Amino acid sequence: MIDRGGSRRDECEAGGEDAGRLEVSMGPQHPSTHGVFRMDVVLEGETVVRLKPVFGYLHRNHEKIAEQTTYLGSMPYTDRLDYFCSLTSNWAYALAVEKLAGLAVPERAEYLRVITAELTRLQNHACQMGFMLQDLGAMGTPMMYAFREREKILDLFESLTGSRMMCNYMRFGGCRADAPAGWIEAARGVVGDFPRFLDEYEALLATNEIVMARTQGVGVLPRDLAINASASGPVLRASGVGYDIRKTDRYGVYDRFDFRVPVGDHGDCYDRFMLRLLEMRESVKILEAALEQIPAGPVIDGKVKLRNFKPRAGEAYGRIEGPKGEIGFYLISDGSASPYRYRVRPPSLINLTALEEMCLGQKVADVVVILGSIDIVLGEVDR
Amino acid sequence: MESDLRSELSRQGVMIVSLEALYNWGRSNSLWPLGFGLACCAIEMMAASMARFDLARFGAEVFRPSPRQADLMIVAGTVTKKMAPQVVRLYNQMPEPKYVMAMGACAISGGPFKQGYNVLKGIDRYLPVDVHVPGCPPRPEALIEGLMALQRRIMRQRLTGPERPRHLQAGEASELPVPTLGARDIEPPYHAAVWRPPRVARAS
Amino acid sequence: MERLASIQARIEAALPEAKLALAANPGASGQHSLVVEAAHLEAVARRLRDDPELQFDYLSNVTGVDWLDRVETDKVRVKREYQGEEIEVEESVERRVPGYLEVVYHLYSVARGTGPLVLRVRTGNRTDRVDVPSLANVFRGAELQEREVYDLFGVVFTGHPDLRRLLMWEGFSGHPMRKDYVEPDDYEYEPTPHGEVAAKASRRYAKRGQP
Repeated sequence: MIDRGGSRRDECEAGGEDAGRLEVSMGPQHPSTHGVFRMDVVLEGETVVRLKPVFGYLHRNHEKIAEQTTYLGSMPYTDRLDYFCSLTSNWAYALAVEKLAGLAVPERAEYLRVITAELTRLQNHACQMGFMLQDLGAMGTPMMYAFREREKILDLFESLTGSRMMCNYMRFGGCRADAPAGWIEAARGVVGDFPRFLDEYEALLATNEIVMARTQGVGVLPRDLAINASASGPVLRASGVGYDIRKTDRYGVYDRFDFRVPVGDHGDCYDRFMLRLLEMRESVKILEAALEQIPAGPVIDGKVKLRNFKPRAGEAYGRIEGPKGEIGFYLISDGSASPYRYRVRPPSLINLTALEEMCLGQKVADVVVILGSIDIVLGEVDR
Repeated sequence: MESDLRSELSRQGVMIVSLEALYNWGRSNSLWPLGFGLACCAIEMMAASMARFDLARFGAEVFRPSPRQADLMIVAGTVTKKMAPQVVRLYNQMPEPKYVMAMGACAISGGPFKQGYNVLKGIDRYLPVDVHVPGCPPRPEALIEGLMALQRRIMRQRLTGPERPRHLQAGEASELPVPTLGARDIEPPYHAAVWRPPRVARAS
Repeated sequence: MERLASIQARIEAALPEAKLALAANPGASGQHSLVVEAAHLEAVARRLRDDPELQFDYLSNVTGVDWLDRVETDKVRVKREYQGEEIEVEESVERRVPGYLEVVYHLYSVARGTGPLVLRVRTGNRTDRVDVPSLANVFRGAELQEREVYDLFGVVFTGHPDLRRLLMWEGFSGHPMRKDYVEPDDYEYEPTPHGEVAAKASRRYAKRGQP
């Protein structure tokens, strides 16, 4: 049967009501909780014997607000879910609505979606690695490098969508605007330079002794538990499950690109770290092909009435492979202008299900590394 | 002292300033913000401190993880009702002189999430805010402009007389009551000492 | 739909006491669902996971839906006496449909790459019969999501290892995602051009005697 980490938990519980136990509340204001996340940790010496995550410090009622506004009105809110990856959240929502209403997307828009989503993946993974290394104690430098690359990609987003972070770019049946003149060339330049950053990062960190000592064998998530706990994205794949929604669902035009899905062996923090590095290399491959192949044509289906959008009654669940994992939207329409039920499947929250099992028996300093390697954004965890 | 004489002296290598100006100059150019991110705006705050925008040029790059070492709280992001008591508590833990900057639409007024049942409609209901930086999220340039506005404000402070700032006035409370979470809502809804609901005059 | 019917038949063959119903989706997505009785939910989920032909081993999404009490009108033909002779007329009869809470599960198969399989389970009503068995012992991934549904909708998951509020604070009363939840009255000023918000604001001003 499935290993639920029970044995380790029992071992720790068996210590009894020891007076040497110390309960520590990490967060909600803590420099390494990536926002307002809180963990109630029970320690024996420095070893974690219990860990209970506490959520809700950034619960800003996205779903309730979306059920009171129009379909289009929710699009800017999806930007603010995972504020590193506004474009993939946009896409997941647009995809769910397109399924709900049965809309088709022009080919050029599909390419623009792939390009923006993969650029989002690049900057998200780069920053995640920066944050994780900051948690390891590598203050500043890796983050500076990652943000340097991120700024280049944000410039592309800004010239395409008008905003650095809150892009609000996708629409039902396409994208809001076509790429301005010279944008494709500029994107090619950024993508062409990106492998140099990856090489530099890899040379600096992949075989760094401290990184290896602090991450290898730390926070192991076994394969069966990863599937059973609904982990997704890099967390699932690092545990040895080759499950990538870009491959299984073949949404958009992902079936036209040749890319591999990296898979980890051990499911520890180092695997998650290296997997993101490999994923970025695959993203670069997708981007190069997409920027080469992108056809001319319209970017939005002009017949879709975005302003007075009323899909007929029904429901749909649409999901894509976001940088954090499976981001999905579940919508129920009752035929009116706002969804009857609007639900976000937040990968950041669900990836935290097995956090306790990953942390038990580890040292308290490793908890921040494990959390950093899962890659959460609180806007999406609490919504 | 006339400014002509002062500039003439400074050309000769003699610098004469009032203690007030020196004190304010020193304080305004070494603001230590609390490394305190709530939501989306925190990412732009980080971006502002990174190489491209380089907050260090204005002396405010030393993000302190502990409120005991910080003198500027940048409320970067949506303050939820569940988080509001913690924000006030962090403010109370900061030593005087301390300043609060509300960064982004959510911290100012609730912003796009104003309708939310768990969203605080502006941190100025509980804390005295010195600078508001609008935007959703504000660009790093806007944050830097907000910081410079705060620096100008500090430079203008008088150290004596009735206008002197809070930390130089004996008997002025530097801690604010922490709100509590009730069965339905946060209590009290605001601190009357820092904020009053505006009276709305509407046409029609 | 055919695929779903075959899954239904397969489950019903393995678990004869569990009755499943097909719920058609009138929308364009073609994602139809299976309605499970609450008593058999755990057995059905376990079967879906362990059946070597199905292998729905990945519980992607758990969510709640609040269906309010509603009134439906049925058209019925009745015989009436009219001016001495009996004729058949059409009358509309109002029927009160009690509301319920619904939990929706989206299952995928990592092993086979299939999905989504949509399972729905309904509570007896919206007030006192709101228990549904927890799936956290079959799918660990349900643990946090069921806590969220409990918090925001008030569905009580029996057998859940740690059923506490997830997002709202301890001591909060009410379930904010229910359709009849009344939000706290704390954004009174700043009327905006949005019709609904302006109407809400004007109602408040009338109540408080402000201009």
